Amino acid sequence: MTTGMLLIGLAGVLASAGPLVFAAIGEAITERAGITNLSMNGLILLSAMGGFATALATKSVVMGFLAGAAIGGAVSAIVAFSSITLKQSQVAVGFVLALLCRDLSYFLGNPIMGMPGPRLSIAPIPGLRDIPMLGVLFFRQDVMTYASFALIAAAGLYINKTRPGLVLRGLGEKPAAAYARGANVSRLRYFYTIAGGALAGLAGPMYSLSIKAGWKGTITGLDGMGWIALAITIFGGWSPFKVALGAYLFAFLQWLGLVLQSAWPSVPSQVLQVAPFPLMILTLLFVNMGNAEWVETSLAKLPEKPRRVVAKALRAINVKPPAALGTPFEKD
Amino acid sequence: MLRHSMPSSRGTKALFQFGAVILALVLATLVLIATGAPPFAAYGSIVKGAVGSWGVASDTVVAWVPLLLVTAGLLVTFTVGLWNIGIEGQITLGAIFATWALRSLDGGQVDPGLAITIAFAAGMAGGALWAMLVGALKTFGGVNEIFGGLGLNYVATALNIWLIFGPWKRPGIASMSGTLPFDKAYWLPTVNEQSRLAPVALIVAIVAIVLIFLLIQGTYFGLKLKAVGKNPKAAFLLGIPTWQYLMASFAICGALAGLAGAVQVTAVYHRLIPSISSGYGYLGLMVAMLVGYSAVWAAPVALFFAALNVGAIQLPITLKLDSSLSGVIQGTLVLFVILAEGLRGRIMGKKGRAGS
Repeated sequence: MTTGMLLIGLAGVLASAGPLVFAAIGEAITERAGITNLSMNGLILLSAMGGFATALATKSVVMGFLAGAAIGGAVSAIVAFSSITLKQSQVAVGFVLALLCRDLSYFLGNPIMGMPGPRLSIAPIPGLRDIPMLGVLFFRQDVMTYASFALIAAAGLYINKTRPGLVLRGLGEKPAAAYARGANVSRLRYFYTIAGGALAGLAGPMYSLSIKAGWKGTITGLDGMGWIALAITIFGGWSPFKVALGAYLFAFLQWLGLVLQSAWPSVPSQVLQVAPFPLMILTLLFVNMGNAEWVETSLAKLPEKPRRVVAKALRAINVKPPAALGTPFEKD
Repeated sequence: MLRHSMPSSRGTKALFQFGAVILALVLATLVLIATGAPPFAAYGSIVKGAVGSWGVASDTVVAWVPLLLVTAGLLVTFTVGLWNIGIEGQITLGAIFATWALRSLDGGQVDPGLAITIAFAAGMAGGALWAMLVGALKTFGGVNEIFGGLGLNYVATALNIWLIFGPWKRPGIASMSGTLPFDKAYWLPTVNEQSRLAPVALIVAIVAIVLIFLLIQGTYFGLKLKAVGKNPKAAFLLGIPTWQYLMASFAICGALAGLAGAVQVTAVYHRLIPSISSGYGYLGLMVAMLVGYSAVWAAPVALFFAALNVGAIQLPITLKLDSSLSGVIQGTLVLFVILAEGLRGRIMGKKGRAGS
C-alpha cells in the first residue's frame, strides 16, 4: 500500500466517522442532562430515509439535512415527553422507538428504494487543501465532515467552559442542586433531549446523502449504527473529545476490516464487517472495569506498590456515568 | 404513592389501554394513507395472510411457538429488573448448539426421538451459556446488560455466518441458504407433509409459559426474583444473594431462547440459516412490554403479534407494500400503551412506573 492510498483511506475514515460523531455527541449531551435516548438506532434510519426523500423531492441537499434534524428532534421529543412528563421508563420508550422508527423507515422508504438522488459534493478548502498530507486528510472533505470537526470542539467548549454547560452537567449529576439554583430542570432536560436528538438526526442524511448515498432499505447497511453510537457515548465517558475518538476508532476498525478482507479472502466478508461491534464491547468492558465491586475488593488485597499502579491505570481508562442518568426528577 | 388502590382503577386502566389501541390503529392507518396505500385493503391482506387458510393459519402457530418461548423467558428477566436485549444472540446460540448436536449424531444410528431431545437440551445449554455471559459481563465487568447483550448479538451473528460459510458449509459451495439439511429422520414430526407445524414444539412452548407463570406467581423463588427486581439493594440487605438471582434469571431466559432456536432448526428450517433468530427476540421484548411484564396476557398477545408478522409476508405481492408494516403496527401499539399508562398515572395523581 502506498502512502497516497493510505492517506486517502484515512481521509475516508474521518468522513465515515462523521455521522457517528454527530450521533454520539448528540447522545452524550442528552445523557449529560440525565436522559438516556435509546431510540438512536431507529432515529438514524428514519432520518436517513426522511432526509433522502426530502432532498429528492425538493432537489435540495440542505432541505434533506434540515428534515433529518427535524425528524431526530421529533423522535426525541417523544422520549422527552414520555420520560420527563409521564415518568415512564426511558429504556422502554427508547427501545420501542428504536424498533418502530426502523420499521417505519423501511415501510415509508419502500417507494424511493434504489432511486438515484442528490448527494453532498466534496468542498475542498482553497489553500489548505494543498498542504502536503494534511490537505488530503482534512481539507478535501464535504461540508458536513468539516461540521463534525467543528462540533467536537464546540461541544467540548460548551460543556466544559461555559455557564450553560455547567448547568447542563448539573442536570445529570445533581438535578436537585441545579433546581435549587434556579434552573428549570424539566424544561432544560426537554431542550437537551430534543437538541441532542436533532444533532443525531443529522447523522442519517450524512449517510443517505453522502457516505452511502441513496436509500436501499434493509440492505443500506445502517442498521446497527445507532447502537454503536450509544456504546461510543459510554466508551467516551460522555466527553465530546473522547466520544469523537471512539467514533474514529470504530470507523478505523471498519476500514481495517475492508483492507484485511482483500488480504484474507478465505474469511467471509460478513465476519469482518461485524468484527468492530464485539471489539467495541470489549473496550466497554475495560472502561467499566473500575465500577465493578470485585475489582475494588481484590485491589484492596494487593500490596501497596502494585495496587497504586493498577488503581492509577484503572482510573485513567475508567468512566462513570452522570449520577442522575435515567432517574426522573421530582421537585419536593 | 397511594397505599390503597382506588376501586375503579382496574376499569380506568382498561379504558386507557383500549384508547391506546384505538389511537395506535388510527396512527397506523394515517401512515398507510400517507403512503397512498388503501388502508382497509392492507388490513384485509394481513388478516387473510394470517388466518385466511389452514396453511397460513398453521404458519401463524409456527411463528407463535418461538415467540411464546422467548416471551416466557423475558418475563423472568423483566421480573428481576433486567433488559435482556441479548436474547437474539441467545436464540442464535441455541440454534447453533442444536445444529452441532444433530450434526454430531447424524450417522442414522441414534434413535430420532433421543437425537431431537439431545438437540433441544444442547440448544437450551447454548442459549443459557450466552445469556450467562451477559450476566457475567454485568456482574463482574460492570457492563450494562443492554450493551453487553447487543455486542454479543453481533458476535453470535458473526459466529453463525462463519460456521455456515466455513466449517459447516455445504459440500461444494457455501451460500446464504444455510447448511446442508439434516437427515429427514431427524426432522421434528409435523402434522402433515406440507405443514411446518410440529405438535411437540407447540406443546413445549405452552408448557414453558405455564411453568414460568407458576414460577413467578407461585413459588418462593419467584417471590425473591420480584424482590430483587423491585429493589435490589433492599433485597440484598434482607439476605437475598442478588447476583446469583440475576444469573439464574439470565440462565432461565437464555435456556428458553435457546430452545426457541433449537425448535427453529429442528422443526422449521431443518438446517442452520444466517438469520435464524428472525427478530423473534426483539419481538418478544415488545410483547413483554405490551402485557406489562405479566404472564397472563403473554400467550394471546404473542399469538396476535405472530399473526401480524405472518400476515404481512404477503403485502409486497398483494399491494406492493413493505412487510415492515407489521413492525409499524406492533411498535405503535406498544408505544401508545406505554404513553397511556403514563398519562393515566399523571391524571389519576399516581406515580407511574418510574425508573431507568
